[in-house]
Amino acid sequence: MADFITLRSDEATQEPVVTLESFAGQSNATAVRIEPGEDARLLLGQLDRISLVEVNFPAYTDGRGYSAAQILRESGYTGELRAVGDVLIDQLAYMRRCGFDSFKPNAPLDDADVEAAFARYPDVYQKTIDGRTPIWAKRHEDA
Amino acid sequence: MYQYDNYDQAMVDARVAEFRDQVARRLEGKLTEEQFRPLRLMNGLYLQLHAYMLRVAVPYGTLSGKQMRMLGHIARKYDRGYGHFTTRQNIQYNWIKLSDAPDILADLASVEMHAIQTSGNCIRNISSDQYAGVAADEVADPRPWAELLRQWSSFHPEFSYLPRKFKIAVIASAQDRAAMRLHDIGLELVKKDGVIGARVFVGGGMGRTPIVAPEINAFITEDEIISYVEACLRVYNRYGRRDNKYKARIKILVHELGVEEYRRQVAEEFAHMKALGLNPPREELARIAAHFATPAYESGLSDDLDRSDPDFALWVDRNVTAHKQPGYAIANISLKPIGGIPGDASADQIELMADLAERYSLDELRVTHAQNIVLPYVKKADLYALWKELEANGLGEPNLDLVTDIIACPGLDYCSLANARSIPVAQKIASRFASNGRDAEIGELKLKISGCINACGHHHAGHIGILGVDRKGTENYQLLLGGSGAEDCSLGTITGPGFDENGIVDAVEKATDLYLRERTEGERFLDTYRRLGMAPFKEAIYG
Repeated sequence: MADFITLRSDEATQEPVVTLESFAGQSNATAVRIEPGEDARLLLGQLDRISLVEVNFPAYTDGRGYSAAQILRESGYTGELRAVGDVLIDQLAYMRRCGFDSFKPNAPLDDADVEAAFARYPDVYQKTIDGRTPIWAKRHEDA
Repeated sequence: MYQYDNYDQAMVDARVAEFRDQVARRLEGKLTEEQFRPLRLMNGLYLQLHAYMLRVAVPYGTLSGKQMRMLGHIARKYDRGYGHFTTRQNIQYNWIKLSDAPDILADLASVEMHAIQTSGNCIRNISSDQYAGVAADEVADPRPWAELLRQWSSFHPEFSYLPRKFKIAVIASAQDRAAMRLHDIGLELVKKDGVIGARVFVGGGMGRTPIVAPEINAFITEDEIISYVEACLRVYNRYGRRDNKYKARIKILVHELGVEEYRRQVAEEFAHMKALGLNPPREELARIAAHFATPAYESGLSDDLDRSDPDFALWVDRNVTAHKQPGYAIANISLKPIGGIPGDASADQIELMADLAERYSLDELRVTHAQNIVLPYVKKADLYALWKELEANGLGEPNLDLVTDIIACPGLDYCSLANARSIPVAQKIASRFASNGRDAEIGELKLKISGCINACGHHHAGHIGILGVDRKGTENYQLLLGGSGAEDCSLGTITGPGFDENGIVDAVEKATDLYLRERTEGERFLDTYRRLGMAPFKEAIYG
């Protein structure tokens, strides 16, 4: 069972994580946590000094964190992007597509289930920041 | 029509395998009902009053004969021999066993069908005009765009846990046959200076807060539709309300922000999206469009009809619509036999319609949001033979758009959300108006019944709408007048105090009697209501 999953090759960031509100006032902080109602764009001027963004999912049904992740990646953030909270097997693949590269679920996940979840779908229909070639592009490469 | 390539098939097959695994875990007790619920919902499986209900997607309402035959097979093998066509151009089965669900999805996948995202707070099946491709007034066949949107919305990672469900309709005619402005996003394809693009309407819907969608953008070019819709969705996903399920649809966000502010936020997000290359290239739209190419029509066919059989002539006048190709016709099959259940068809009937499509309609059928079936490519010379077979099998009801062609939700007979039964009310109204011949006298009258405030039966958009409510433990029915889901979109107004089951039938009759007395030449019920206003109708109903 895994209580932390990372897709990154570097070490997971151990820095203390501060709230978005206090992050602005703490020039030495490098890790920040975003709650569902908070605007990820407030971080855009400071991406250079951030090594970890935690995006909290208090309930898996609240999908605002997917947009927060996409916005950060689309804006060039390359540090660790961690989904924390009510993170379940069936959301992992979508989270990865939106740019999450580590996961800290409230309840540990079965390793085999995690592996199966990431491997389930052979292709993707949309272009996102994960860099996978969407089906519509592959079709015309093949041709 | 569209056919899957290996990519599409592999995605649907993967979904079947995933769901089979999830159902196995549920049946073994490894998943609780609570954990399983969101997983089954993403596959269209609801737990209803008596059994599981499975909703199968019919993308933009288009089906081949082979697909239709499979729907009949599923009705026979896994249900009690019936299927129910819905107001979102889908089909539902009301008596499904959980252990059969993976096999059903596998059967569907074998004919390029699925139940993906027919439920849950995600982007649902894309709906469209049932006359797409054969309507004389369209600027283009809207289905290639609908298919592009279907693929884009399938397994969309950012928009699978939205505040609430999300429905998109695409049409391409000034005449709206799909209730486009009552969708979360409505796209109307238009041509400007020879270029195709879309008018974008956002924030329409029915339910407990009905709103006609305002126009958010007057013209977005066809190459940018996906990224513009993506921008509309992102603003909604970030700022749509999640504190109250009844205020979570995008219509509430647009209403609370105001149209101007929502439009501004979308524009800002769109400016950002434009740089991301989210739109499939023109070649992809062309690839899809090739599947919807104009069929090889026979030329030189006669437009003459032998109308000597009066029953046939009546059916032609009521249920057959003009086709853009000489010698051809659009045949509507009514699933509203008098006294029947609106939208229901037996396995035998579904299979017969599949056969008829293969023999008479270039192997294609459409499902309409009014819960009827269309054969879009019938040679006029074949109409009589077609009608004979329909007539012999309970599918020849000549009542398209009449007061007996009722839209009704499943209501309290099936649905766990309902407050009142819809089906018996529909049956009583249809029987009353058919037996006294008033249905024919009245002409076009769209009557729509919902068994609760969620409005699945589109009562807000009925020329006459009926809403079932629970009043101190008994079923009570409110009457609404003046709604329309067409291009003259409007919302009905409640007449006053509600009625019991027999009372509502009487009230409808009083309203239509007034119409018959007051109408001027060529006026439909709706037109007379709009001209006279509510007061005389109220007087006739309650006075």
